[in-house]
Amino acid sequence: MYKFYETSFKNQTLSLTEKFFNLSFAYILFIVMLAATGVVMLYSAANGSWSPWALNHLVRFAVGFALMLVLAMTDIRLFMRYAYVFYFGTLFLLILVEVGGHIGMGAQRWINLGFIKIQPSELMKIALVLALARYFHTSSLQTIESVRGIIPPALMTLFPAFLVVIQPDLGTALMLMFTAGMMFFVVGVQLWKFAVVIVGGIISLPIAWHFLHEYQQNRVLTFLDPERDPLGAGYHIIQSKIALGSGGVFGKGFLKGTQSHLNFLPEKHTDFIYTMLSEEFGMVGAVFVVLVNLLIIAYTYSFAMKSNSYFGKLVAIGLACNYFLYIFINIAMVLGLLPVVGIPLPLISYGGTVMLSVMASFGIILSVYINRNINIGKD
Amino acid sequence: MNRDNDKGKVLINRSLIVGLGKLFLLLVIIARLYYLQVYQADRYKTLADENRISTRLLVPPRGLIYDRNGQLIATNRQNFQALIVAEQTTNLQETLDAFKKIMPLSEAEEQRIKKDLKSNRSFVPIKIKDNLSWEDVSKIQLNAPDLPGIFIDEGLTRYYPYGEKMAHILGYVSSVSEKDVKDDPLLEVPGFKIGKSGIEKFYEKRLRGKGGNLKSEVNAYGRVMKEIEKKEGIPGDRIDLTIDARLQEKAYDLFMEQEQSGAAILLDVHSGEILAFVSAPSFDPNVFAQGISNEQWSALLKNEKKPLSNKAISGQYSPGSTFKIITALAALEAGTVTPETRFFCSAKMTLGTHAFHCWKRTGHGHLNVVEAIKHSCDIYFYETALRLGIEKIADMARRFGLGSKINIGLENEKAGLIPDKAWKLKRFGEPWQQGESLISGIGQGYILTTPLQLATMVARVVNGGYEVTPTFNKLSDYDKTHLPKININHGNLELVKEGMFEVVNIPGATAFGSRFDYHGIKMGGKTGSTQVRRITMKERQTRILKQHELPWHLRDHGLFVGYAPADNPKYAVAVLVEHGGGGSTAAAPIASKILLEAVKLDSGLKKFYTAPKKEPADVTAVPANME
Repeated sequence: MYKFYETSFKNQTLSLTEKFFNLSFAYILFIVMLAATGVVMLYSAANGSWSPWALNHLVRFAVGFALMLVLAMTDIRLFMRYAYVFYFGTLFLLILVEVGGHIGMGAQRWINLGFIKIQPSELMKIALVLALARYFHTSSLQTIESVRGIIPPALMTLFPAFLVVIQPDLGTALMLMFTAGMMFFVVGVQLWKFAVVIVGGIISLPIAWHFLHEYQQNRVLTFLDPERDPLGAGYHIIQSKIALGSGGVFGKGFLKGTQSHLNFLPEKHTDFIYTMLSEEFGMVGAVFVVLVNLLIIAYTYSFAMKSNSYFGKLVAIGLACNYFLYIFINIAMVLGLLPVVGIPLPLISYGGTVMLSVMASFGIILSVYINRNINIGKD
Repeated sequence: MNRDNDKGKVLINRSLIVGLGKLFLLLVIIARLYYLQVYQADRYKTLADENRISTRLLVPPRGLIYDRNGQLIATNRQNFQALIVAEQTTNLQETLDAFKKIMPLSEAEEQRIKKDLKSNRSFVPIKIKDNLSWEDVSKIQLNAPDLPGIFIDEGLTRYYPYGEKMAHILGYVSSVSEKDVKDDPLLEVPGFKIGKSGIEKFYEKRLRGKGGNLKSEVNAYGRVMKEIEKKEGIPGDRIDLTIDARLQEKAYDLFMEQEQSGAAILLDVHSGEILAFVSAPSFDPNVFAQGISNEQWSALLKNEKKPLSNKAISGQYSPGSTFKIITALAALEAGTVTPETRFFCSAKMTLGTHAFHCWKRTGHGHLNVVEAIKHSCDIYFYETALRLGIEKIADMARRFGLGSKINIGLENEKAGLIPDKAWKLKRFGEPWQQGESLISGIGQGYILTTPLQLATMVARVVNGGYEVTPTFNKLSDYDKTHLPKININHGNLELVKEGMFEVVNIPGATAFGSRFDYHGIKMGGKTGSTQVRRITMKERQTRILKQHELPWHLRDHGLFVGYAPADNPKYAVAVLVEHGGGGSTAAAPIASKILLEAVKLDSGLKKFYTAPKKEPADVTAVPANME
């Protein structure tokens, strides 16, 4: 398609208007479709009411949408420049909640800024992608392939992951490590190194098991055998499968999900919202959500491929991985393919922090796309 | 730059691998969705409905039971119970304490309440106390502000207006136990009660009715969201019994006034319908319906007068002299004796080395059959039995309903025992002795009968030989006029009846003290008593102890079978008084009062017996040695 701004692509700076018209509107449409699905489902989760969730969700999406646009308009070189600053700032916040959590009462995962509660672990998902992208951008393939060269990024990953684990938030910690792992893979870290880590991980699994909280151990055990606790944790998975399965191909209809509305389904407005959607809109609705997400990920990949800068490519791929993990873990969890780890379905589940962090990711991805022709040096 | 190119290529190649991996995982998800939502959809739809729909059985009201005159004898009474809903009270313990101030709760009750509260969701009503009186209910309602979450609920419990007076007929209802056959889902309903004995058990299926259904949609916590479908049950059938509550009450009270233990049966001789059926003492079936305490239960078990045993059908007693009716009939039928045949009673006869005594130590002199019955002379019947043999006696006894179960539908009915030669050989491996025929002739020895069988015997004798069978069900007119007839000479029956009339109505006869004359209506009958101890030779030589000198459990059983009106019998009665000391002293007065009451209440009889000739005679006890 002809774009009359094409000529200015040779330039290293773009005007705001140029940037706006270079946004991928299809991409934004997919995002809006998912967020709208979220509003519809939250309206149903409240038995046909805008409160307490649907309206809030809409407002948060609006705020997130604005944030996305602002970040999309931002010069990609700024992300590169402040990647480490952002990373260490977030790391500092993580330490702060950890310390605050110990001083205060029990586990605490957020910092209350009055108008919004910030969850540093959520910020870290973006900060880690940016920091690793900058590190690999500036490293040569030789460095990346050397053992010494991957020690700094490994530490950059493990330290925040450790802090998140002890919060304790196993799901987020695993997401950080998987995202980083996929980035390590795409930049060319040799497979044998993964093998070493995986084997080492399996060996240390029994030790790590003891560090897990009992409720986390139970979640894993319950995943392996849901029937062992049909009234406790296993109840969630069993009821989720009943809700999903009973939805059939076309679903029970909007507001008519018996499992959801009679409260057999737990957490229907957060982690198990996909189940509710599948109950009310059947396999048609369920596959629709998967396909839209598939499109978002595919588009993100194409943005990465089109980007001229290694940093841009890696940021887009890293954020796509992170987003994919949300989608896959959440859906696989409610389908009984993975243990219940407490990961929400972005854009659809009710929850402020995830909404903002995912919208921020989309903003950065769009920025990568808009700035696809900009070359970034190794400094 | 070459390395940089490589770096970019690696990135693109490996990104494609990762991308393909993601695509694969998303396809796995779609496959899983297909598996759950298409392949297993039906299974999960069923499970979802099982989650959602709760079916509650609606318990139908139990059928009512009436006596022959339409008097209610088993009904359902509103039962008020206090319930508590935990979520509607702010402080559970405080509320329970406040309740205890109004109505004390036992330690066990409180523990049960707490256990129930713990094991149920907070909106489920938990029973605090049931069977509340009106007074209790008003007290609770008056204190309602202090008792948040407590409310009064009405249910139905079985109630027997006549209490223990009819317990051995009606039986009782109680909670379903492990042993009961669960052939009806109603039995699974908590608190459901079924008939455990008596008519309640016999007619259980008819009385129970059919359960209704209430289908409702419930949420995950079991709270009912809406009613889907309601199907009312069918109440249990009404049962009409042949019992006359007035006569039943009268008969039972006669026993209880004297603190006697025993049984009484009053039959309509033309149909066999049971008008009164008493086993005393008895128990209060209402206590069973409400839940019996351990103390009450063990008290019933320990009572030496055995209130739980139905003596009218489960008690087997030697018929004693009442059996002389059978011996006389058998002898007359066989031609062994004629009405004119006389035997001489010298108070003692010998057979081989054994001596057989008459109850009258001075002897009766020469007697014919009517006089023998009138005086209950033992020697006459020894002589008769000696000539007749046991087989003919046993045959006659069986024709009049002795020695086999009548099957009136109540549990633990016993068959009694009419011995014969084959029986003895089988039972003891020994041949029958002539002496055993002698004592059988006066109703002693092996012979055992239940009071119900004795009543049947009298009814068949006095109704002209019709084979009536005692029953609690009203007979149709067709059945009443198509009764089988016992093959027996009518004249012989009349002779026996004449003897029985004289027993009561001739001065000096055994039951003369129990006679009555109500507008010309008189009664007839036969006394009997059976020893429960052995009189030793030594005692016989010195002095036989008087009945009142013996401890209760060693005294003789007193028996009386009778009928009225004497000239056109309609009612037959059999009375047994356990350890009452003798038929004429203990049983005959009770039988007489029951018959008199039946006659008085029978308006149909008055048409035939007009103008009172004199006031009914006072019924007074005769001396103890009269038999």
